[in-house]
Amino acid sequence: MKTTSRLETVLASGNLAVTSECGPPRGARPEKVKEKALLLKDYVDAVNVTDNQTAMVRMSSWAAGVIIKQMGMDPILQMVTRDRNRLAMQSDIIGAYSLGINTMLCLSGDHPKFGDHPMAKGVFDLDSVQLVQMVKKMRDEGKFQGGADIDSPPKMFVGAAANPFADPFELRVARLAKKVKAGADFIQTQCVFNLEKFEKYMEMVCDRGLDKQVHILAGITPMKSAGMARYMKNKVPGMDVPDEIIKRLEGVSKAEQPEEGLKIAVESIQRLKEVRGVHGFHIMAIEWEEKVPQIVKNAGLLPRPAENELKNL
Amino acid sequence: MENFEPEIIAFCCHYCAYTAADMAGSKRLSYPTNVKIIRVPCTGKVDALHIMSAFEKGADGVYVAGCLEGDCHFKNGNTRAAQRVAHVQKILQDLGWDTQRLAMMNMSAGMGEVFARTACEFTEKIKQLGPSPVKQMNTDSYRQTQR
Amino acid sequence: MITAEQKPLKEIIDSISPYEKIFLVGCNECVTVCAAGGRKEVGLLASVLRLHYLKQGRTIEIKEITLERQCDPEYVEELASEIHRTEAVLSMACGCGVQTLAGRYRETPVFPAVNTLFMGASEAQGIWAERCQGCGDCLLGLTGGICPVARCSKHLLNGPCGGTSHGKCEIAPDVDCAWCLIWERLKALGLEKRYEEIMEAKDWRSAGGGGPRKIVRKDLLL
Repeated sequence: MKTTSRLETVLASGNLAVTSECGPPRGARPEKVKEKALLLKDYVDAVNVTDNQTAMVRMSSWAAGVIIKQMGMDPILQMVTRDRNRLAMQSDIIGAYSLGINTMLCLSGDHPKFGDHPMAKGVFDLDSVQLVQMVKKMRDEGKFQGGADIDSPPKMFVGAAANPFADPFELRVARLAKKVKAGADFIQTQCVFNLEKFEKYMEMVCDRGLDKQVHILAGITPMKSAGMARYMKNKVPGMDVPDEIIKRLEGVSKAEQPEEGLKIAVESIQRLKEVRGVHGFHIMAIEWEEKVPQIVKNAGLLPRPAENELKNL
Repeated sequence: MENFEPEIIAFCCHYCAYTAADMAGSKRLSYPTNVKIIRVPCTGKVDALHIMSAFEKGADGVYVAGCLEGDCHFKNGNTRAAQRVAHVQKILQDLGWDTQRLAMMNMSAGMGEVFARTACEFTEKIKQLGPSPVKQMNTDSYRQTQR
Repeated sequence: MITAEQKPLKEIIDSISPYEKIFLVGCNECVTVCAAGGRKEVGLLASVLRLHYLKQGRTIEIKEITLERQCDPEYVEELASEIHRTEAVLSMACGCGVQTLAGRYRETPVFPAVNTLFMGASEAQGIWAERCQGCGDCLLGLTGGICPVARCSKHLLNGPCGGTSHGKCEIAPDVDCAWCLIWERLKALGLEKRYEEIMEAKDWRSAGGGGPRKIVRKDLLL
């Protein structure tokens, strides 16, 4: 084991891992973090804590992560390179680790243009690949990015994101390979709706033997309505929503659409469980966290492995 | 203001509007003497600076008359002139002028009537707008620039 | 070249409002090519300012001068004999020109009439686009001649990010995704393999992170 990360332990045990996410509040409301996290307790192995997601100011991801940690759960610290330079990122990594956070996800982050401070200067001192490299170097070599020794280095289980659907498609596996080469231990993918395309992607991933080097968690997002599906298809860059999904949702009454959306999510998980190289699921229920337990349960992903079970491995 | 006779400068393309003016003359169609024609080889040759100079020197209105769309003797001089006119209109707007003091017109060499009618209408419009803001001040400063 | 755009007229007018004798100084280099501050633009702005003052019933004396290169002390020296005749200088050159004037003529206020934008190239008549950020450590040889520092909205050295859509950047449909361009070019050159080499974290010192930059060529000093 490289770290004490619960996610690492679950993945190493051969179990399918389950993660979900919690967006910190836009204000000093620790109880909001607790509310959201509580919905997920015992249903997921770790909870991603987003970092100023969509470039909107929120409670810092490490602070919200600490709150979640104090609840006996396992946060995944998301970190975007948009808001901090390498000094700030490294100090936050040390700080978060000192407070018990041992898993993180490295991202570049949405462009400031999309958020509530479009006038802010994006930092982008590093990109996500270089952030992965830096975190790995801190852990494995005990060195700061600048080369100096760290007195007691943080041991982070390092994740990165992958979007199998953004074009050019042929570049997507190469890009994943780059993140693996940089040192990513696990990957959480963009929401998978186009299962066929994802399966094709995973085949290419396995052909290159990348499935042996990194744990891939397929991103799952339940659709609340046909309208949401259309929005995701047309308005969200890099999102691939096949027409069949929209048609299927349109095929039922408006009142039944949420249930149909959850059904699609569960079926997707069941199908993707069989795909070689898929080692778990990252469930992003956008403003619908309360449905995560139902999805996890219906997809047959319960019970989540208990701490003592994993220790016996 | 009732006796206001505007000074109007018309930059006319040699291949169309200028010839149309000629034709208006030979057909004995009358148009206001307020319109002073400057013949240009193509309206594409009219620079923003020429238009501004006309206003600076006291023109109350300026128009650029080029060939019909697609008929420019030099392919697209008239469309480029239209873009420049729009650009100068923006400048006039920034200066707080009525942008109607500047216009782009299109006509062919055979359109003597159109030339005469356009000249009348434009003159009429400028009469309504009154003297250019430069003249309205009617100060020594204006006369100074006229030296 | 360095590109620039004229400032809003109101801002220019406000900056020179206390003065009645102005030198309007253009530059024959970059700002001429991008039609922001060459001889022609100097003439046009002078005309506009005169009209503005006329409308106010004020007079302004504007001397139009376009220097060969406003960022070069040798050419800026041309104003030395006349500078005492003006109350202020309105410069239509890039920020380098404005500062060269301000540095040479310390007792005359100098105002910029343009906003200096970026180092760019002409894409078509009337269109200029950013191409270089002067990072001081050129990567173009590795990226198929397309710069990710200047042309990727996030300056990603290992892109593209997940926001690219049909070859366009997520920030705007008319902005090309630099990394899609790089990938296509590497493919055309048969160099796809190069894509997978990780570009290490950039040393931003040469890009300005190390303070104001300067080149000293001993072989050229007088």
